[in-house]
Amino acid sequence: MKRLLSFCLCLLLISCFEDKDDNLDLSNLATPTFRFTQNWDGTDVSIDDLITTQFTNAHGETLNISNLKYLISKIVFENADGDIFILNGYQLVDLSDPSTSLFSPEGSLPEGLYTLKFVYGFNEMDNIDGAYPELNSASWNWPQMLGGGYHFLQMDGMFNVDTTIATPYNYHHGTAKLSDTEFEQNFVNFEFTNSIFISHNTEIEIQFNLAELFKNPNLWDLNQYSSSLMPNYDAQKMMQQNAATAFSIGQVTN
Amino acid sequence: MKTFYKLLLLGFIILGCSNDSSEEYVDIPAGPTPSTLNIPQIFENQLIDPIIPADNPQTEEGIALGKKLFFDPILSLDFSQACASCHMPQNSFTDINTFSTGVNGDLGIRNSMPLFNLAWNFDEHFFWDGRSFGLEHQASLPVEDPTEMANTWETVVDRLNNHPEYPELFQAAFGNAPISRDLATKALGQFERTLISANSKFDNYFLGTASLTPQEQNGLAVFMDEDRGDCFHCHGNPNNPLWTDNAFHNNALDSTFSDNGLGDITGDPADNGKFKTPSLRNLAYTAPYMHDGRFATLDEVINHYSEGLQNSPTVDPLMKTVNQGGVQLTEQDKADLKAFLLSLSDPSFLNNPDFIP
Repeated sequence: MKRLLSFCLCLLLISCFEDKDDNLDLSNLATPTFRFTQNWDGTDVSIDDLITTQFTNAHGETLNISNLKYLISKIVFENADGDIFILNGYQLVDLSDPSTSLFSPEGSLPEGLYTLKFVYGFNEMDNIDGAYPELNSASWNWPQMLGGGYHFLQMDGMFNVDTTIATPYNYHHGTAKLSDTEFEQNFVNFEFTNSIFISHNTEIEIQFNLAELFKNPNLWDLNQYSSSLMPNYDAQKMMQQNAATAFSIGQVTN
Repeated sequence: MKTFYKLLLLGFIILGCSNDSSEEYVDIPAGPTPSTLNIPQIFENQLIDPIIPADNPQTEEGIALGKKLFFDPILSLDFSQACASCHMPQNSFTDINTFSTGVNGDLGIRNSMPLFNLAWNFDEHFFWDGRSFGLEHQASLPVEDPTEMANTWETVVDRLNNHPEYPELFQAAFGNAPISRDLATKALGQFERTLISANSKFDNYFLGTASLTPQEQNGLAVFMDEDRGDCFHCHGNPNNPLWTDNAFHNNALDSTFSDNGLGDITGDPADNGKFKTPSLRNLAYTAPYMHDGRFATLDEVINHYSEGLQNSPTVDPLMKTVNQGGVQLTEQDKADLKAFLLSLSDPSFLNNPDFIP
């Protein structure tokens, strides 16, 4: 009897889908690919620069980078009619692993002109403590005592490397702790105004200018803010403000 | 498209006409019996899937063979040592020595690593210096290491072929393929992947079935506090119950290196002094600590991070207080941190009958 019911149900489902399926045109749907690149005021920063290359920040400290990872999520395209297309997924970019510089989000959208939005880090809805096994496995978590969720950025290295007392820095960005019971969201929502034509095989470069983290609008003094910055509310909010000008759209290829 | 639906319809008709006679079929043994890795709930909830190579699926026969090989001194030159000689079940599959003694009486240069949760080593780099990629490759090396078993695989394969039991066990696990180093290490890898530890007091606390003492809770806070222990950046956290990042760091043990660790493998001086982060699970059973077993107690380990850091050109920036010698924990925080660390030990792992002969 169960088989008979299943059979009838299947026939019913088939009859419901048949016409639509036959007429659906999937040919103009596209899923863009993102390429994440890093630079220091226009000079490319790649895996080859880890530890070996020295950079000078706006405040004048010379530093190197031994670890750089950052999280991008919630990619949204909007067309001229105001139609919104949300592509799910997130990407943890790791400078030491070039394969992470390429990202194809989940979902697709019709070919056409769009503006682009994304979130640097996770927004409040997505920043759920322990919710993403892939990020847990990468130890990307942000302590619960600081609001939980995940890091948005880790940048580690040494500064004052041109002196005899090189000192570690840990520029780690995530949720800001105001008090033991109050936490503030700290992500950045990027909304770009330039239109991008999305077609099959579109690749969009997202540029991350690391120098911006140290200068705009807050001139960053590593001698004052070098480590134990995660529980430091002021440091966290300055990181959020400085990150707001650090990302831009680079080359778009079709 | 319509043809597709016709075929689908035909399929349903055939299904509808058949009766429940599947019980009448006789199963013909077609090879080893697939075995599913017993993934603990906490790993299932929090972590990505374990690594099981496509060319070495877990089977009951393969695991049984691997277990027999693991405990069998047949692998060593003089039949005196098995894998288990330096990886003892009662010590979370390590031993109690600073360095292990090989069949020729030679000491190794590094502390024997405990063995558990190896399928969750996502980057698949094994040994303190990461010189081996993949668990099967790792399992192959001690046999020919002159400071360990000092044998050759050619000899081992010959012994296995002439053994009264192994040929049949290999056939059951791998069919008619000839006994080889490749198959032996595959079997060892299968057994080692079953060595799963996820039943500590803290695991049960995380799952809501146990409580932490106030001291253990403060110890966790010290562990997770960037202003105090800041252990979590390398050693996992409640959401990463592996309690290691399985990566390589210079944790400020020395200002100069007698052992370059990862640097000797990559050839990059920037990697000198880097060693794999060990898991903090089962510390109650795995003393001594560090790659060279220099610390006999957990107190010594904690004192190192608190006051004993040594600067060097490759020190990890996460050793942020290296210029001050360490994170300067209070005596109370040290004691609490130790209590928390011990809550990560899993006594049931030591007595699991699946892991002992």
